Amino acid sequence: MTDSRPVLTMTGISKSFPGVRALHDVNFRLFPGEVHALMGENGAGKSTLIKVLTGVYDTDEGAITLDGEPVSFSGPMQATAAGVSTVFQEVNLCTNLSVAENIFIGREPRLLGAVRWGEVRRRARALLARLDLDLDVSAPLGSYSLAIQQMVAIARAIDIKARVLILDEPTSSLDASEVAQLFRIMRQLRDEGIAILFVTHFLDQVYEIADRITVLRNGGLVGEYLTTELPQLSLVEKMIGKELDVLEGIEEHSRRDLAALEEGTPLVAVSNFGRAGAVEPFSLTIHAGEVVGLAGLLGSGRTEVARLLFGADRADGGQVAVDGEASSLRTPAQAIDHGVGFCSENRRAEGIVADLSVRENMILAMQAARGWLRPIPRRRQDELVDKYVKALNIRPADPEVPVRNLSGGNQQKVLLARWLITEPRLLILDEPTRGIDIGAKTEIQKLVTQLSDGGMAVLFISAELEEVLRLSHKVAVMRDRQMVAQLANDESLDADRIMQTIASGSHREEADA
Amino acid sequence: MNDTMSRYRTMTGHRLFWPAAVLFVMLAANTIYRPGFLSIELKDGHLYGTPIDILRLSAPLILVALGMTLVISTGGIDLSVGSLCAISGAIACMYISKQPDQNSVGVVVTALAMAMGVSLVLGAWNGVLVAVIGIQPIIATLILMVAGRGLAQLITEGQIITINSEPYRAIGLGHALTLPLAIFIALAAALLVAAFTRRTALGMIIESVGGNAVASRLAGIRSGRVIFLAYVISAACAAVAGFMMTANVSSADGNAAGLWVELDAILAVVIGGTSLAGGRFFLSGTIIGALIIQTLTTTVYAMDISPQTSLLFKAVVVIAVCLIQAPAFRARFSRRRRSAPPPAAIADKPKEQVPA
Repeated sequence: MTDSRPVLTMTGISKSFPGVRALHDVNFRLFPGEVHALMGENGAGKSTLIKVLTGVYDTDEGAITLDGEPVSFSGPMQATAAGVSTVFQEVNLCTNLSVAENIFIGREPRLLGAVRWGEVRRRARALLARLDLDLDVSAPLGSYSLAIQQMVAIARAIDIKARVLILDEPTSSLDASEVAQLFRIMRQLRDEGIAILFVTHFLDQVYEIADRITVLRNGGLVGEYLTTELPQLSLVEKMIGKELDVLEGIEEHSRRDLAALEEGTPLVAVSNFGRAGAVEPFSLTIHAGEVVGLAGLLGSGRTEVARLLFGADRADGGQVAVDGEASSLRTPAQAIDHGVGFCSENRRAEGIVADLSVRENMILAMQAARGWLRPIPRRRQDELVDKYVKALNIRPADPEVPVRNLSGGNQQKVLLARWLITEPRLLILDEPTRGIDIGAKTEIQKLVTQLSDGGMAVLFISAELEEVLRLSHKVAVMRDRQMVAQLANDESLDADRIMQTIASGSHREEADA
Repeated sequence: MNDTMSRYRTMTGHRLFWPAAVLFVMLAANTIYRPGFLSIELKDGHLYGTPIDILRLSAPLILVALGMTLVISTGGIDLSVGSLCAISGAIACMYISKQPDQNSVGVVVTALAMAMGVSLVLGAWNGVLVAVIGIQPIIATLILMVAGRGLAQLITEGQIITINSEPYRAIGLGHALTLPLAIFIALAAALLVAAFTRRTALGMIIESVGGNAVASRLAGIRSGRVIFLAYVISAACAAVAGFMMTANVSSADGNAAGLWVELDAILAVVIGGTSLAGGRFFLSGTIIGALIIQTLTTTVYAMDISPQTSLLFKAVVVIAVCLIQAPAFRARFSRRRRSAPPPAAIADKPKEQVPA
């Protein structure tokens, strides 16, 4: 299936940022008509390698060839023009522009300098039809879900006569059917002879679609392998560089007695809590030390529940009791006063402050709670930051680096640290493991278990049912913006039953278990 | 070679390097043109000389720009500072002019307190429009920029109010420890603002709000209060600048006092390295920016550039300063230079840093 001559080679690539050595002497090659998975933990250098390839960054050392010719792109536009198209990890589109405008922005078909809007819309529709998407191309992109936006980004990339298509974690926000749809497209493109560089954290997906795997670790090259010759376990070992201690012990945890946990006064109890257009009124109790999983499809109202409980959006009505006393959660500041913390799923827009350093990002929530007149003494800051950099294994370990220089997974850990520093009583984690690698994922799952053992309540939102099942004491199921069921996580509960509940919404009789 | 290179890069990479370099080049050019430019002499216990004049004359701009730095850092802008200068000056002068003993220190202090009080209220007005009602800062402060001139005219009843008050005049022209008092006032204000923002967590919180307002809210920051405070501080700085401007000429002109100072202040902030998009702010950079602008004005006079061309001259210098500071422009410039020599030489040249 692969040609003998690579369409793209990168040799001896090195790249450093102030305080960070992102890549060191990395080789990479890509053959026409193959899907090549680039694997590695957070901070291994995957995103940096792609940015070097597409000219977002200059290389410090090393050479890139395309079709045997040395190339050096000045930026993604030039790379795209040469046939190397990229869909970046975080969707880089303009949500206020229409779908069609997003697909053709910067290269609109023109007649005498005027944009031919009819042509733009017609071609956009044709392109989306190729992806089996039926969208109103004149509607603003922001009116569609993140998953659809991702597909539009891919449509934009494949419209250009691409020979190399780079997909940086395209599946992290897609559900199963959307992933299948994407893979169908990827196979189609591969059979047309396009070389696809695919970055993902989902191992199953790699084995489903990739022909070849290159593994990076800590900015260095581990090796290049044929997928058929690399068992899954060895892949994981190569990625994390040590034997994986599997998620033993965590399994036991979630099977603990729910009744015992739910004996006392609930930490937070809401009833008839809802917001028009976001989520139907629901009731939920969360006790100290309890992990409540929130399962449901993308767009089923999971995030909306989290935002209401944190006061990020204001509920239309309903009652809130904290520690049994009537209360309200109307603003984030108020929720934080009650001991609630919230890690948003959208870490770039709603999480990190890119300008500020790792240290400043970490102490932000605590400082906000204290008020600006009572700054946290610098020594105390350093202690806290040092503790969590070590505890969460944040790389690079220099807290004065701007947080934007960190990889996505490490930024996620910085956000976790921001809330752990405030010692919350209820921590809401919205997709904390999305788009991060298995090593960090395990670390975060273990952390959740430890925290709940220590008495912290956790509301855990994830698209991965296995993860929800592994960690939760009870699982609330969302469907079409309604909380349709709350299931105790006992022996009888498995992923199939949750799936059925999501699919049918018929387990209402078990609500308020 | 490598060591020298990396030291060179560390130095040029410092955020204050380019503004400071520009200031240095300007002073050097002036000195070449007129060798006595930098000379300072002691007369009657006071220091005189062009550098002292530049410091003294830049004091009002430094004040206004300090407040502007905080506002811009929140992601906003304050266009009303010029009008606020006029209003504060008008109130102070009007009150003093109505008193029998204009030289009484008590009268002057009362006048300053009144004017400052009104300025704080007007700053709070800006703050409420932006932080509570949610009007875009450029529009919200445009209201007071326009209306404030009218207000100043109203206070002075359309006249130029001339006063004869030694204590008030001292704010602009007095001396202490051989140096003009205005320099100390600007310095004190700078230290005060720096302490207020950097000794507390206010600075970081302002930067956080300006850097990512949504994330800051979700981290529990009550951004409204912080933004409100920035506009109030900006108004207070403008009020003191207004005292200086009117004290310099012992008169209050509702039309002319502080005219266009908001634009100079914004320019000083930007030259100093604070992004108009908000986020990180640099008070020391702002001060250098204000000094650059005042040096430029002085240069125009010193070099006898005709009034007709002086604005154009200023514009050209400002464009050059901004270009030198823009990383994209520097990158393009050095890349072109790099690609010129044959490939063999490339390896020795420093690779430029593209900011992440």
